[in-house]
Amino acid sequence: MTETLLEIDHLSVDYETARGNLQALRDITFNVKKGEIVGIVGESGCGKSTLISSILRLTAPNTRFRQGEVRFKGSNLLQLSERNMRDLRGDDISIVFQDPMQTHNPVLSIGRQMVDIQHRSKASKSEKLSKAAHMLGAVGIPDPEARLKQFPHEFSGGMRQRIAIAMALMSEPDLLIADEPTTALDATLEVQIIERLQKLQQEFHCAILFISHHLGVIAELCDRVVVMYAGAVVESGDVREIFHNPKHPYTRRLIDCDPGHIKERARVLPTIPGEVPDLANLPGGCIFRDRCDQALPQCAVDVPPLEQLTAGHQAACWLNQEEVHA
Amino acid sequence: MSKSRSELSQIIHGVARDPLGLMGLIIVGTIVVCAIFAVWIVPYDPVAMNIQDRLQGPSMTHLLGTDQLGRDTFSRVIMGGQVALKVALPAVFGAMVIGLTLGMIAGYGPKWLDNLLMLLFDTIRSFPTVMFALAVVALVGPSLQTVVVVVMATSIPTYGRVARTQTLTLRNSEFILAERSMGASMLRILGVHMLPNIIGVLAVLAAMDIPTVIALEAGLSFLGLGVKPPTPSWGALLKDGYALIRQTPWLVVGGGLPIILATLGFTFLGESLRDVVDPKLRKQR
Repeated sequence: MTETLLEIDHLSVDYETARGNLQALRDITFNVKKGEIVGIVGESGCGKSTLISSILRLTAPNTRFRQGEVRFKGSNLLQLSERNMRDLRGDDISIVFQDPMQTHNPVLSIGRQMVDIQHRSKASKSEKLSKAAHMLGAVGIPDPEARLKQFPHEFSGGMRQRIAIAMALMSEPDLLIADEPTTALDATLEVQIIERLQKLQQEFHCAILFISHHLGVIAELCDRVVVMYAGAVVESGDVREIFHNPKHPYTRRLIDCDPGHIKERARVLPTIPGEVPDLANLPGGCIFRDRCDQALPQCAVDVPPLEQLTAGHQAACWLNQEEVHA
Repeated sequence: MSKSRSELSQIIHGVARDPLGLMGLIIVGTIVVCAIFAVWIVPYDPVAMNIQDRLQGPSMTHLLGTDQLGRDTFSRVIMGGQVALKVALPAVFGAMVIGLTLGMIAGYGPKWLDNLLMLLFDTIRSFPTVMFALAVVALVGPSLQTVVVVVMATSIPTYGRVARTQTLTLRNSEFILAERSMGASMLRILGVHMLPNIIGVLAVLAAMDIPTVIALEAGLSFLGLGVKPPTPSWGALLKDGYALIRQTPWLVVGGGLPIILATLGFTFLGESLRDVVDPKLRKQR
């Protein structure tokens, strides 16, 4: 129906460290279609940030792309020249970062920064300024013309994040990456930002890759969701499917742990016992085995492949294989 | 730099509120005004000799007396101020610009270049300034330009190191990552985003460095390695006066007092400027 914008195809990324190769991403496969909002969930250290930096190719020097491709509109980003890659950043692909207190240059006025990121446009400075003001208005900043003269420290956190979104959308990108844009904000602001993103998405028709560990936000905003654990995709599919009929024990436990899902008052919030395995020294078999309460003997032997269960629902777990085979 | 006019006046107001800063501002202002309008202020030609009137004490005709060749000391002090600034300002400005450029390259460029530049800076810094100056003057002869070059060369590493450290801190900050992910080129990042973050620190450093340079120029002239006679210089005045201190102490006063005042003035101004510009200190007020 709609064409695919971003394809992550069997992507594996290593970090070369003193302790050996850290397998930060292993065999990641998913795609984002035009105008779609895809969420990526997973706890800290599951490789979300590595994934983003791989897409933008702003990786640390010790990063090694072991295999796979990142295709954007059909061309493999991992083989693009540095020059072409730079043309893509901030034009076709934009990003909003996690901490709005850190994403703006503290010594330049917001207006100057917003004019500066339009460096590709040939418009005059006053045109750029009025576009900047228009964008600020679009993200709901009152009195944008006057605000352009102000410096980042004169704005609140929520406003700064909205400015960051305005800057990211300024070039009307096809893909907006939102790297936990609401984590550093409080709950009321979070709702505001999410609603604003939804509205802007309808206006600009861009696809959004939304990274978060907040399931409620993902459920609210996204069309599809990819659940990551320790550098691998364990489940992906329609938001409704994943939340109502999770097929991977990790997803199930993650939903159980979401404070929004807990019905009774609890003194201690539920957690998933155990720890993420050491990525430099991966155990054989399923990576979630040690923390899984339904582990089978087979789980210790083979890595479960990501299986298509129904249309638009994939999971990597041997339990589902049993069901399929039985 | 895109510091708006209002910001500049804010800084000046901030400095003027601080008593020491105000004092520094007045002293520096006086020296600068005297240097700029020296030609109209001096009552006599500072190099014109008048043997009959030599070694006079202060009087209405000669405010600070005359030296052993009958030259008017007051005129020589004023012109000496011009020479001092002619050395200090280009030297400090040049060192700042070159140090800033090299420091940013070292901080943002590849590791081998960083190591190379650091080695260069450390090599220069390991020479004692006066020894280095002696060697250079012995090679090319004393002149105003030589002094400027020597002072500049020896202070480049200081600016370079500060600029490098600032660049290293900034390059890993999130807003620089944000700029890179928005497709900014290296030149854009360095010029538009890093430079305004670094220049404030270096400007304060430069203000604090000017008295050192003035004292250095005076010191070199005192040793006969600075500007060529008969060009008036505070250091040269001090040297002449030093030999004749028993006959007339006015020469030493004329040479020494401006050096002390200039050093104090620029130091006060620099420190006050640092307090005003540094946002961490600003918040505590």
